[in-house]
Amino acid sequence: MANPPNEEEFQLSLTTDTPAATDVVRDGILARVQAALGDKIVESLLKPGDDIWVRVRTESWRETAVILRDLGFSYFDFLSAIDWLPSPFGRGEDDPTEPAPVRDNTIRHGYTGGDTRIQMLARVVDPTTSMGINLKADVPDDNAHIESWTTVYAGANWHEREAWEMFGITFDGHPDLRHIYLPTDFEGFPLRKDFPLLARIVKPWPGIVDVEPMPGGDQDEPAQDGDAQ
Amino acid sequence: MTLLGDRQQLSYIASQAADARVNLELETEGMTLNIGPQHPATHGTLRIIARLDGEQVVWVDPSCGYMHRGYEKLTEVRTYPQVTALVNRIDWLGSFANEVPFILAAEKLMGIEAPLRAQHIRTILFELSRIANVSLFLGDLGVQLGAITPVFMAFRDREYVLNLIEGATGGRFHPNFDRIGGLKDDLPAGWIDETRTVMKKLRRFCDEIEDLLFGNEIFQSRTRGIGVIPRDIALQYGMSGANLRASGVDWDLRRDQSLPMAWDKVDWKVWTHPDGDSFARCWVRLQEVRESTRIVEQLVDTIPAGPVMTKVPRIIKVPEGEAWVCTENPLGEMGYYVVSQGDLGPFRVKIRSASFNNMSITPWLLKGVYVPDIVTILASLYFILGDIDR
Repeated sequence: MANPPNEEEFQLSLTTDTPAATDVVRDGILARVQAALGDKIVESLLKPGDDIWVRVRTESWRETAVILRDLGFSYFDFLSAIDWLPSPFGRGEDDPTEPAPVRDNTIRHGYTGGDTRIQMLARVVDPTTSMGINLKADVPDDNAHIESWTTVYAGANWHEREAWEMFGITFDGHPDLRHIYLPTDFEGFPLRKDFPLLARIVKPWPGIVDVEPMPGGDQDEPAQDGDAQ
Repeated sequence: MTLLGDRQQLSYIASQAADARVNLELETEGMTLNIGPQHPATHGTLRIIARLDGEQVVWVDPSCGYMHRGYEKLTEVRTYPQVTALVNRIDWLGSFANEVPFILAAEKLMGIEAPLRAQHIRTILFELSRIANVSLFLGDLGVQLGAITPVFMAFRDREYVLNLIEGATGGRFHPNFDRIGGLKDDLPAGWIDETRTVMKKLRRFCDEIEDLLFGNEIFQSRTRGIGVIPRDIALQYGMSGANLRASGVDWDLRRDQSLPMAWDKVDWKVWTHPDGDSFARCWVRLQEVRESTRIVEQLVDTIPAGPVMTKVPRIIKVPEGEAWVCTENPLGEMGYYVVSQGDLGPFRVKIRSASFNNMSITPWLLKGVYVPDIVTILASLYFILGDIDR
């Protein structure tokens, strides 16, 4: 980040750009969680001053929720999934009259890694400290299913229905797995990356570079990547 | 919904209804009451299928999706600055508040922070959108109970706040004013004095509503002890905002987490209520409007000088990483889980909206209530369809 103008005159921000190197509170939380979960954890990550990520084994998904709830993380925040496959349609800006461009479709996982294409993503929070944990778990590629959380957190019901219709993940033990947003006869799983966004496929997109001049931003700044267009 | 879909839905209802035959004494069959999708109590197009036994609800199924716009998918083909135009439409009564957590998440990934002046103005606009949103709730509440007057007062006084938002941002409902690294513009001249006057008017509006509605015996008898949500249930369902505070949980994300915003620089109070009933939820919201006017009044007096925009590249590329940012929006906790792979746009955005969680409790909450209370309980839970369906 470049130095802002008039730095000597105005205080721009109270905190510095570099996060705190140590985070005593989150260190303690992660240690507690690691002790309680034991070998159910595959990988964990703590970013000081930011958040905690924990990836657990697929078969321990429900058990993890039980343990964490009893540990004080009684607030259910959300449950969803991530499809890590790079979209075969890119950003939906291909010219339909041209042959489809070749794309790199190697999967790059985010924090705490992963082995499968689709991962669960959920967050539970301790209401007394309002500190939360982001939980992840791999979902098997061949038969996307995982245990349901509905008996642990009642609020997971609708979230799992949404994840089921959007990603095609079956939740074992869910009492009422039916469509929540989409019509009952909808085919396909819209939030999977290989589900095309048709509006962007049938018509050429005028271009992604759509930059509004920023007030205070310098128009003569050296060009960044992608500015050449 | 297609014919086939409707038939499947109906067969599902029939199978549920078979279990719902509870009145053994009279051996009467239950009846299915369909509320919505077009109904004044649903703030949009929510359909509620209720199975009744006499006057009592035995089973209820809120059917959402009539307004599902697929924002999570659309963000994947937008650049970061373009996303704010989408998320504006999630909770359309408090639009500016929707932009803030997304921008904060992007800024967190980029490792930048808005200048102090921008943080203050962001907080002011955030609270103004809360006032505009919740004051309409307070008026609308009366309509649900058959009282017409409060809604006119609410629309009258919300107009002052919308004028302020329009004056500062140019948009009454969808400001689209927040930028990565700051704000689009500075405040116009004379805006601060105008704000002070309007805040006084809004506090008077709160007093009027309190006298007219909250002191009203009919209102109290219709809401007290109705739709009680215990603390543990509220937490399990992930309820947030005033709904959670009305169940006695002292939880406010404005106070409990450190964000680059200005809430920690002013003096205000988090109101909770121990009862957890409809009245408590409405009462907590009323106090929140008052606190918001106090926050705005204090903030306009202490806006620091300086630029409103930090220096960001013209083409914004967000470094690889993941970030979760949530804020205390008018409806409750609104959060974005942003996954970036170093591209011009996000790889995946999970939008956690407050109303989705708040409404997921209704199948549990509405079981056993009387038909007229369905409407008051839904009104007191306060949802906005765009916030459920996204």
